[in-house]
Amino acid sequence: MPKREDIKSVLVIGSGPIIIGQACEFDYSGTQACRVLKSEGLRVVLVNSNPATIMTDPEFADATYVEPITPEFVEKVIAKERPDALLPTLGGQTALNAAIALHERGILEKYGVEMIGANFEAIHRGENRELFNAIVAKVGGEVARSFVCHTIADCEKAVEELGFPVVVRPSFTMGGTGSGIAYDADDLQRIAGAGLAASPTTEVLIEESIIGWKEYELEVMRDRKDNVVIVCSIENLDPMGVHTGDSITVAPAMTLTDREYQHLRDLAIGIIREVGVDTGGCNIQYAVNPVDGRVIVIEMNPRVSRSSALASKATGFPIAKIAAKVAIGYTLDEIPNDITAGPHGSTPAAFEPTLDYVVVKVPRFAFEKFPGADPVLTTHMKSVGEAMAIGRNFTEALQKALRSLESKDAAFDWSHEVVELDKQALLTEIAKPHDGRLKKVMDALRAGATADEVFEATRIDPWYVDQLSLINEVAQELIAAPELTPELLRLAKRHGFSDVQLGRIRGTSPDVIRGVRHALGVRPVYKTVDTCAAEFAAATPYHYSSYDEETEVAPREREAVIILGSGPNRIGQGIEFDYSCVHASLALSEAGYETVMVNCNPETVSTDYDTSDRLYFEPLTLEDVLEIVHAEEQAGPVAGVICQLGGQTPLGLAQGLAANGVRIVGTSPDAIDLAEERGAFGRVLARAGLTAPKHGTATSFVEAREIAAEIGYPVLVRPSYVLGGRGMEIVYGEEALRSYLEKYVAAGLISPAAPVLVDRFLDDAVEIDVDALFDGEELFLGGVMEHIEEAGIHSGDSSCALPPITLGDREIDRIREATEAIARGVGVRGLLNIQFALSADILYVLEANPRASRTVPFVSKATATPLAKAAARVMLGESIAELRAAGVLPAEGDGGRLPADQPIAVKEAVMPFNRFRTPDGLQVDTVLGPEMKSTGEVMGFDRDFGTAFAKSQAAAFGHLPTSGKVFVSMANRDKRSMIFPVKALADMGFEILATQGTAEVLRRNGVAATVVRKHFEGPGPQGEKTTVQLILDGEIQLIVNTPYGAAGGGQVGQARLDGYEIRTAAVRANVPCITTVPGFGAAVQGIEAMLRGDVGVRSLQEWAEVVRAGR
Amino acid sequence: MPSHAPAPAILVLEDGRVFRGRSYGAAGETFGEAVFNTGMTGYQETLTDPSYHRQVVVMTAPHIGNTGVNGEDDESRRIWVAGYVVRDPARRTSNWRATRDLADELADQGVVGISDIDTRALTRHLRERGSMRCGISSTESDPQALLARVLEQPAMKGADLAGEVSVDAAYVVPAQGDKRFTVAALDLGIKGMTPELMAQRGIEVHVLPATATLDDIRATGADGVFFSNGPGDPATADVSTLQAVLAADLPYFGICFGNQLFGRALGFGTYKLKYGHRGINQPVMDRTTGKVEVTAHNHGFAVDAPLDRPTTTPYGEATVSHVCLNDDVVEGLELRAADGRLRAFSVQYHPEAAAGPHDAAYLFDRFTSLMAGDL
Ligand SMILES: Nc1ncnc2c1ncn2[C@@H]1O[C@H](COP(=O)(O)OP(=O)(O)O)[C@@H](O)[C@H]1O
Ligand SMILES: Nc1ncnc2c1ncn2[C@@H]1O[C@H](COP(=O)(O)OP(=O)(O)O)[C@@H](O)[C@H]1O
Ligand SMILES: [Mg+2]
Ligand SMILES: [Mg+2]
Repeated sequence: MPKREDIKSVLVIGSGPIIIGQACEFDYSGTQACRVLKSEGLRVVLVNSNPATIMTDPEFADATYVEPITPEFVEKVIAKERPDALLPTLGGQTALNAAIALHERGILEKYGVEMIGANFEAIHRGENRELFNAIVAKVGGEVARSFVCHTIADCEKAVEELGFPVVVRPSFTMGGTGSGIAYDADDLQRIAGAGLAASPTTEVLIEESIIGWKEYELEVMRDRKDNVVIVCSIENLDPMGVHTGDSITVAPAMTLTDREYQHLRDLAIGIIREVGVDTGGCNIQYAVNPVDGRVIVIEMNPRVSRSSALASKATGFPIAKIAAKVAIGYTLDEIPNDITAGPHGSTPAAFEPTLDYVVVKVPRFAFEKFPGADPVLTTHMKSVGEAMAIGRNFTEALQKALRSLESKDAAFDWSHEVVELDKQALLTEIAKPHDGRLKKVMDALRAGATADEVFEATRIDPWYVDQLSLINEVAQELIAAPELTPELLRLAKRHGFSDVQLGRIRGTSPDVIRGVRHALGVRPVYKTVDTCAAEFAAATPYHYSSYDEETEVAPREREAVIILGSGPNRIGQGIEFDYSCVHASLALSEAGYETVMVNCNPETVSTDYDTSDRLYFEPLTLEDVLEIVHAEEQAGPVAGVICQLGGQTPLGLAQGLAANGVRIVGTSPDAIDLAEERGAFGRVLARAGLTAPKHGTATSFVEAREIAAEIGYPVLVRPSYVLGGRGMEIVYGEEALRSYLEKYVAAGLISPAAPVLVDRFLDDAVEIDVDALFDGEELFLGGVMEHIEEAGIHSGDSSCALPPITLGDREIDRIREATEAIARGVGVRGLLNIQFALSADILYVLEANPRASRTVPFVSKATATPLAKAAARVMLGESIAELRAAGVLPAEGDGGRLPADQPIAVKEAVMPFNRFRTPDGLQVDTVLGPEMKSTGEVMGFDRDFGTAFAKSQAAAFGHLPTSGKVFVSMANRDKRSMIFPVKALADMGFEILATQGTAEVLRRNGVAATVVRKHFEGPGPQGEKTTVQLILDGEIQLIVNTPYGAAGGGQVGQARLDGYEIRTAAVRANVPCITTVPGFGAAVQGIEAMLRGDVGVRSLQEWAEVVRAGR
Repeated sequence: MPSHAPAPAILVLEDGRVFRGRSYGAAGETFGEAVFNTGMTGYQETLTDPSYHRQVVVMTAPHIGNTGVNGEDDESRRIWVAGYVVRDPARRTSNWRATRDLADELADQGVVGISDIDTRALTRHLRERGSMRCGISSTESDPQALLARVLEQPAMKGADLAGEVSVDAAYVVPAQGDKRFTVAALDLGIKGMTPELMAQRGIEVHVLPATATLDDIRATGADGVFFSNGPGDPATADVSTLQAVLAADLPYFGICFGNQLFGRALGFGTYKLKYGHRGINQPVMDRTTGKVEVTAHNHGFAVDAPLDRPTTTPYGEATVSHVCLNDDVVEGLELRAADGRLRAFSVQYHPEAAAGPHDAAYLFDRFTSLMAGDL
């Protein structure tokens, strides 16, 4: 059946900000969908509040609305655009929930918009547990016994039936938000309570626990002619009880016979038919009892998912792309498989990919950023990113995946002693799943545990345990061998050992190992992901390395540029960097180069085989990259390697690559060092007559105390060589300084080799972020962003406005001069990001990053200028003047000088606090500081700051209230500055609640405020509720609470604790909570704008017109 | 264990390409036609599929043997492959149904294999040059010597093998539940799942030797006749029995070899594919419904019939009912009487699956309807 002719325009909803459980895999799927729909000649209307995505680039849709994904705003877009259809299945749970809301409010009906891909009924059948369970039963499957509950009482009844432990699972949430395993009544209270709160339908399922069963997932695709194919099977190495997103997963399934696999397949097909996902993809999860093969269906997601992105990368079958095509009417047999598309014509997409390699995905966690967070893995997802690796066998793939994680202790390591005695302890330790469990399993094996003992403890399938033993046996041989023979080296490589591991085992450096390896001619070959296990010729160069016989890299004529991606997502380095890499690739192929992408993150657009001319799905380590460069140099001319766009990961490789004779394009490795090494950078600043905050370095408390005394408290302390503000703290006094040093010296993070950096902490300074482009001659100021929160809150966590709201031309000129001076001094060729702090009219330089920054996509969108594209071409030698002439950059002016009527863009960060709990179930604190904690961001875009800010809040947390009760509690230093905004709120009709001290100040200034009890005071004699109770009971609509800086006991200490209670209650009750004075001011402006009620929507394309007109 | 790894072994193709690996399964030397199978599951069914008689099977899936072997998944009384080529054999079996390790089973049945070679390189070679004879040896270290012996082997083209795999004596698979029909099934290399699926549909299956005549068939009181899959070149087979069946207007259903014979009986030719279809992910379109089935394939030969028009035969009008979407190879034939009534049909692929998807199981229902006369 051909394409439907009745659909002319489609509304696509994205997934919004990156959060745990919903990351850039939905940028990948959304971007693919937009590409497909556009190329089919449909008008594509996109709504996504996340500016860091590729999909929100103007060229991917006809009308791109960077607006909040709320029914209110999406309705505005529908009313304006009147699309024929809505495609809700590519934007994760966010899009699905938005679509459901639009349907339930009758908006789709009102505007005659048809849901395609999956309609409301199908989504409902898939997500409503009662309906779904009935369907599974109907197709002859089994589900875990369970009870749907709407109150805690229901839950307790359910437990009487099932007995502990039980699994609590809220409906309509993603990434398992609010779910967990309850072992006793307290757990039940806690988890079920959170679950009911988390579920949009206040519905949780109390379910029989099947912890320890094998877990599988099938990716299914169906078209309107009811053709169904299974794209991929995925097996979890970690058994049931660990969320798939946190599990090590393997494709294809390794431990199923054909009978068992076909049984799962039959169930999947029966389910997708009954649920009625008639055009598109879905994934279905199963549990299989290792003892008797009994199968239980866990759930289905009637949409593309994290796993479908993984499956697409694992098989070469682009699920989202095909899902979009079938959604608009094509059938699978009409869609070509573009991987096999070649001279001999292509095979159709109506088939099931078969793999002749093994794929392993490993999660990346960020527990170190959330002190007190419980690191035990359970049914709700905690990882912030993932890495995938491909090998010709499991051991090779697993070891490649582990080193792809880039965390220094992810890979197996035999350098530490393990003895028989440790066995029992290790077996107990691995019984509880946690980050890094696999290494402990390895230690257990080294300590002499048998595969069966390990299976008993972990329920990890014995086949996998044996594969770990195999790795260990090879390691033992390497340790024992008198010398590294070619055979032994090949054996090690065949099982995925890296040069680094070999170096550690043999007590020599990786370089030596590499030297030996090359001398012996032991090098990897590159195989191809072709969907068909070589049955047909592959046209698409999607490669992975393996130590095997025959390589498949084709020769080429055109000069190639190798772009290094950013690896697994982590806090501080995520989708924004993938954005820049993808743009470089697009720009450079336009410029006539052959583009070669290297990355190991399956969620990204950069690892879509459509993005670059060649894709190497490989770890981003020196060894792996050097081999790729070698392979590509064999294939044809290589212009160089780009290390500047993927964040710190590739930046960190630049030196090593250069040292091995690889040409780095753009800013030279030495220049990079100038910016990264403090002493050198200090000299650069001095030469340019610029100031940095007073600072010094110390290796002991005594030294640190002297420095602090000299430069004065508060000071900002941090270990050297850290990222994302890791370990960074503001210290207000000597005692705090002592404990900080004790903590970090003990942790081995501070030593003579790595001294602690002590900076004067600039109080009440305005922080400014700058992204600029420099070609050696001219500076192009991409954008100047003024942070809303004062310096001290990590640039990645603070909201900011572009153009700056309070800076005048004079300041901007100073910033421009400073930026240019630094660019010259360092020797930047390409992008440069600087953080300044403006305090008492002095412009301080906080740091300079000679690379693409997190804000590049935000700036590019706000100013309608493709910064990353331009940067790529500058790196390859074009000048800014030439790019202006070529129309890539505006003919004159730049982002520093913006027209008066330029719209204002506000960036707001999104925090993952609601995902983390302490082992005893308490929320982790939500105060912001110099250490970055956010996972994603949104952008609010409009004429005036207030409206833009209101939009950013709506997109990040939900709408700001326009009426109701506001609770205010301010640190003393902030009490003065709060008076006017509070007054404004009172005038707007808000009722003001406040803590004692705050209330008094307000009263004295003529603002009536009701005093509410502090948390530690407990309920009053007449049962007056405390603040925390009021918040949890939803009686407060807005919270303003600035943290008490100084630590210490007594009143302050108590108040501080209270602040913690208030902020965490806010997170749980999901009430907007403002923790800074400037943020408060902004919120008030936002509320005013909302009350004016003139908040509209406008597409980026329309805004771009305004901006260009202004130039 | 890597340290005392198995003895070295070599694989030599008839065009001289050599692969060096390790001995797997039985030690010794073996010869056959090298073919590759792309299934990721079902090695036990594959090994025991008589259609692989005289073939050296290369598994493209790297890990083989993970789930061992069990008492239920055999498709016939023994392993038939002439040799077995894998990359990473399992060191440990893990599956609740497993009764023993695959390596031991191969050794006990004397199946010579080789592991630890670049199976993808070998597969690409066979794809580009076509299936060809090969030898595997753990006793010969000189590739040239082995090559000489490879070149002495008979080619698959022109090989008549049905007799070698067929049963010598007839046996009966009783119907499950109420008996509805009797079917005479000629064993040209039949897989156990085929009579099983018929029995599940109330069919009493009389499995007869490949040499059975129309009288033998009649003697069973058959309502319908079935010709199974099997090894060898259909061009060598005698189709007079099948032609007699058609002349007698007995409902007929054929699978794989049974499809090729049906084609020849109707007057079509058959030819050898460059490297065949062997896997469980092959898209086949049922041209009568326009729907796609994902199906299990195992064939090196195919029927040469026109896709675009029906063909008139002495028994009625024959049309191509199924095609493979990958390469337009004929995957099914249909024979209708003048009044349009379906008389006989066959498919080139494996509706009985084992290993493989169950998408095409409906064909067994079609066979019962055919015998019930409501088609
Ligand atoms: N009944 C159960 N017993 C034990 N573990 C379970 C059970 N149900 C789900 N899980 C675990 O919880 C994880 C998340 O459950 P799932 O239904 O997939 O939620 P989500 O929608 O977040 O993916 C699963 O991957 C599985 O490991
Ligand atoms: N001297 C200082 N005074 C006040 N705040 C500072 C100072 N130095 C750094 N900060 C704050 O700490 C944050 C992180 O510091 P930065 O040097 O940018 O580390 P990173 O490399 O993690 O970005 C900055 O965004 C800023 O808000
Ligand atoms: Mg799930
Ligand atoms: Mg910074």
